[in-house]
Amino acid sequence: MRDDDEVLKPQAEDGSDSSKVSRRDFLRISGISVAVPLVAGPKTVLASGEQVPVHGPGMVAMEFTINGKSYKANLEPRVTLLDALRDQFELTGAKRVCDRAECGSCTVLMDNKTVYACSVLAIEAQKKPITTVESLMQNGNLHPVQQAFIDHDASQCGFCTPGFIVSCKAFLDKHPQPTAEDIRHGLSGNLCRCGTYEGIRKAIAQVAQKGA
Amino acid sequence: MPDYAWPDAEHRKLIGTRVTRVDAPAKVSGRAKYTYDVHRPGMLYGKVLRSPYAHAKVVSIDTSAAEKMPGVKAVHIVQGPGANIHWAGDDIVAVAAVDETTAEDAVRAIKVKYQQLPHLVSDAEPPKGAAEEQGPLSMDAIGDMLDNQVPARQMVEAIGKYGITEKPSEDALKEAKEDGAPDEVLAALRTATVHPEAGNRPPSNYQKAAAQTVGDPDKAFSEAEVVSEGLYGIPVITHCCLESHGSISEWTDQEHVFTHISTQNVSGIPGQMAEPLKIPATNIRVHQDNIGGGFGSKFSPDRWGIFTAEISKKAGGKPVRIMLERDAELEMAGARPSAFARVKVAAKKDGTLTAWQSDSWGTGGPGGGGMPPIPYVFSIPNQRQQHTAIRNNIGPARAWRAPNHPQAAVLTMCALDDLAAKLNMDPVDFFGKNLNLTKARENTYREELAIAADLMGWKQKWHPRPQPASNGVVRGVGVSFHTWGGRGHNSDCDLTIHPDGSVELKMGSQDLGTGTRTCILVVAADTLGVPLDAIQLLIGDTTYPPSGGSGGSTTIGGVSSSTRRAAVDARDALFAKVAPALNAQPDQLECVNGKVGVKGDSSKSLSWKEACSKIGAMPITVRGKNPDRSKPPDLTNSGVGGVQMAEVEVDADTGIVKVKKMVAAQDCGLVIDLKTAETQCYGALIMGISYSLYEEKVMDPTSGRMLNADMQFYRLAGLSDIPELVVHMMTGKGYDERGVIGLGEPPVISPGAAISNAVANAIGVRVPFLPLTPDRVLAALEQKAGA
Repeated sequence: MRDDDEVLKPQAEDGSDSSKVSRRDFLRISGISVAVPLVAGPKTVLASGEQVPVHGPGMVAMEFTINGKSYKANLEPRVTLLDALRDQFELTGAKRVCDRAECGSCTVLMDNKTVYACSVLAIEAQKKPITTVESLMQNGNLHPVQQAFIDHDASQCGFCTPGFIVSCKAFLDKHPQPTAEDIRHGLSGNLCRCGTYEGIRKAIAQVAQKGA
Repeated sequence: MPDYAWPDAEHRKLIGTRVTRVDAPAKVSGRAKYTYDVHRPGMLYGKVLRSPYAHAKVVSIDTSAAEKMPGVKAVHIVQGPGANIHWAGDDIVAVAAVDETTAEDAVRAIKVKYQQLPHLVSDAEPPKGAAEEQGPLSMDAIGDMLDNQVPARQMVEAIGKYGITEKPSEDALKEAKEDGAPDEVLAALRTATVHPEAGNRPPSNYQKAAAQTVGDPDKAFSEAEVVSEGLYGIPVITHCCLESHGSISEWTDQEHVFTHISTQNVSGIPGQMAEPLKIPATNIRVHQDNIGGGFGSKFSPDRWGIFTAEISKKAGGKPVRIMLERDAELEMAGARPSAFARVKVAAKKDGTLTAWQSDSWGTGGPGGGGMPPIPYVFSIPNQRQQHTAIRNNIGPARAWRAPNHPQAAVLTMCALDDLAAKLNMDPVDFFGKNLNLTKARENTYREELAIAADLMGWKQKWHPRPQPASNGVVRGVGVSFHTWGGRGHNSDCDLTIHPDGSVELKMGSQDLGTGTRTCILVVAADTLGVPLDAIQLLIGDTTYPPSGGSGGSTTIGGVSSSTRRAAVDARDALFAKVAPALNAQPDQLECVNGKVGVKGDSSKSLSWKEACSKIGAMPITVRGKNPDRSKPPDLTNSGVGGVQMAEVEVDADTGIVKVKKMVAAQDCGLVIDLKTAETQCYGALIMGISYSLYEEKVMDPTSGRMLNADMQFYRLAGLSDIPELVVHMMTGKGYDERGVIGLGEPPVISPGAAISNAVANAIGVRVPFLPLTPDRVLAALEQKAGA
C-alpha cells in the first residue's frame, strides 16, 4: 500500500483540495476520534465504513489544564502536546530530543501518568490535567527528587534532567521502596548522553530511604 | 610580585573539596534555558529540505509553490543547481514560516531534481591496490582533510606524493590558513606539482599514507620469541547531543546580528560568521546560557548557522529558529571516525615488548581522516605503521571527545592484551613490565595500575583465557591505559569588586555540563575568602571577555588560571585600600571566612562589606588572563595518565555482554571541584559502555543513507546497563603541584579497550570489532570453534 498518496474522498459538500486527507493524516484523525468525544466538526470523512470527524486543517481552538492553570490556544490538530507546551505556553522544561517517543526527555504527567509529550497530540490532551517539571517546585521549595538530584550531581548538560525528574517522581510515587531491579526496569524509558545515571541511581536511593 | 600560585592543601578552603554544582537547581527545576528553549518576539520557524542521496548533483530547484504558501516568510536556496552533494541529509533549501507546521508543508512543496552519482558508504578493508589509484588532490580534498584533522605530516606527504589539481590562489591559501592549515601544509601547497589534466578524474576513495618506521621492525620480528597477530576495529559513531545543533538569529538593524546558538565556542562564533554575513565580527552578538551536549561537535556556526542568519535577513530581520531534527542530527551533524587494523606485535618470553606493525584503515567521511596515534601510550622500540584513509559519503566527521584516542586505545590495548594471553601472562603483570615505555607518565601509571587492580579485585577475578565457551555465563576482566594533553586554553575574564561588597565575574566561556561555572566560582571564592553565592558569575555572551572554545579538555585549565589571576589582583587592590584602616601593610592582610584582616591577629579585621566600603566611589575591576607570562607561575599543565578496568559477564548461548563493574583511576593535576570531576569520570565510563556495547552508525550500501538515524536503533546505554562504577581521582603529592589539567577527554578513551579485553578474558577469544553485539560475540565463538 502506498503511504502518502492514497486520498480518502471527503464527504464534505465542497470537496475542495484543502479537505483532502492523506492516509498519514487519517491515522492521526482516527486516533483523535477515539480519544475525543465527537463534536460537530465542519467536515467528516468516511473511513472503514464510519463517519469520522475532521479537525482542521487550520487552527482549532483548544483549552488545557496545565499545572492547575487554564491555558488556551488556537492550534493545528497535528501539533503535539510538547510543541504546545514549549512554543505556545513557554513551558520549556520538557525538551524536544528524539520527537518520537524514544528518549523520555519530554516526559510530563497526563492524568497523573507519565507520557512522552512528543507523542501525544495537543488536541488529545485537552480536559486532562497535565503536570510539567515546572510545577514540582512549590513556594520556592524543591521537590525531594529535585534535591536528591542536586545532592548526587545527577545532571551534567542537564537536557535530559527535567524528563528524568518527572519520571523519577512518578516512579517513586508508585514504588516508594524500589528494589535495584525495580529501578532498572522502571527508569529505562529515559536516556542521558552525558552519562548521569550513576547520580540518578544514588538520588533515587536517597529519596526511597527518606521517603518522598 | 603578587602570589598567583595555587594555595597549598592547608590554605585551600574550597579548591579540591566537593562543591555542589551551582547550576543544578536551575537544571532540576526546568528553569535552565537552552538555545532550543529561546523564544524571541515574532520568531519564525525554519525547516530545511535535505538531500535524499548520498552523492548527487543538484539539477534544478522549483520553490514557487512554497513561496506562495500563506505563512511562508522566506525561502533560501542553500545549495543551488550545479552543487555537488557528498552525503545524504545535506542542506538544499531552507524555509522560514510563521510556525513549524507551515514550514514543514512548504519544504514538502519544493521540487528538486538531482542527478544521482555513485556513492560509497562502506569502511570495509580497502581492496588490494585500490589506494594506488589516488590522483592529484583538489583544494576541496585539502579542505576535507583539514576538517577531519588529518595530521599536518600526513597532509604534506600526500601533497608531495600526489600533487594538486590546480595552483592555489593567494585567496585559497588564506582561506586554508583560516581553516587551520598549518604553515608546513601551506608551504607544501605552494611548491606542489600541479596536474591540471587530472582535475576531472574522480579522486580515489582510498588514500594510502607512506609507511612510517621506527627502529628496525623487520629485524625485531625475525628475532622475536613470541608474536601475536590480530584484527581490531571501532566503528563510526555519532555524537547524538540531546540538544541538536542549531541557532536563532535576528538582525537588530541592517548591520547587526544577534544569535542564540548551541555552541561549545561562544567567543569564537562571531569571527566565523562575519565573513559569510559580510559584517564585522564586532557587529555579531552571540549568547548561550546552557548547552545540551556538544562532545566536540559544536565549535562552528555550521552552514546552517550561517543560513539561519541569511534567511532572517530575507525575512526582514525577524528572528528565525533552525534546530536540526533528530534524523539530521544523527545523519550529518558529526561523527567519530572509524579505525580498523591488522596488527602484529612481538615480545620476548619474559613479556618485554619489542616490535609493532599495523596496517590500518578507517573513514571520517568525505575527508578520509587520519591515523590514530598507534601504538598508543607504549612507545614500542621497533615499529612500522601504514594507514589508508577511506573517503566516502557517510557524512562529515567531527572531533568526538578525545579525537583519535579511543580508536588508538582499542587498536593498541586489544593487540597487546592478545599478546599477553599468548605469553600466558596476567595483563596487569605484562603491562606493568612494559611501563618504562610510557616515558614521562610511568610513575603515574604504576600508581594507578595498583590502585585500579585493588579496587577491581583483579587478583581474585583474573584467570587465564579459557577454552572458548559454547554455553553458560562466563566472566572476565580487562584493562586499558590512556593519556591526554589538556593544557588550559586562552581565557580572559573581568572581576569587579564593588564598594558595597558585591562581586561580579564576567567571562565569554560556556559550561558544557562539565562544572565550568562551579569551578570558576570555587577559584574566585577560595581566593577572595567569600562564599560562592557572594559572587555573580556571568558567562556565555560575546559582550564578556573572550575565553576559548571548550574542546580538548582545555577549559578548566584556562578558566581557573584567568580567574585565579583576576581574583588575586583584585584582592591585592582591595588590600591596598583597606590596609590603612587596619593600621597594617597590604602584604600583611588576608581574606578568609568573609573577613579581611591582619594575618595572625584576629583582633584586627573588617567584615568583607566593611572592607569593600574603603574602595571609594569607583569599583575595582581587573582583567585576568591565561596564559600570562608576565604573571608567573604557569597555573595549568599538560599530560595526564589514566588506567581503567572492566569486569564483564557474557552469556555464551545468546552472546549478550553485560558490564558488571568498571574502575577508573584518573589524574588531572590539581582538582578544583572533586564532586563534578568524579561526575565527569562516571559519565565517561557510562558513555564508554554505550559505545562499547551498542553504538554504531549503520549505513545502507544501496541507498547510501544511515539506517538508524533515530534513538530507537541508534542505541544509547540506559540506566539498566550501568554496573557498579568506581572512580578514584589521583590527588595529593605528585599531582596537585602540577597545576590544573583538563579532564573531559581522558576517562572516555579506555572503556572500549578495557571492555573488549574483559570479553576476551571471559570467552577465550577476541571479538574483533566494537560494538560487542550478540551477533559479533557468537560469530567470534563460532569461528574459534570451527578453527
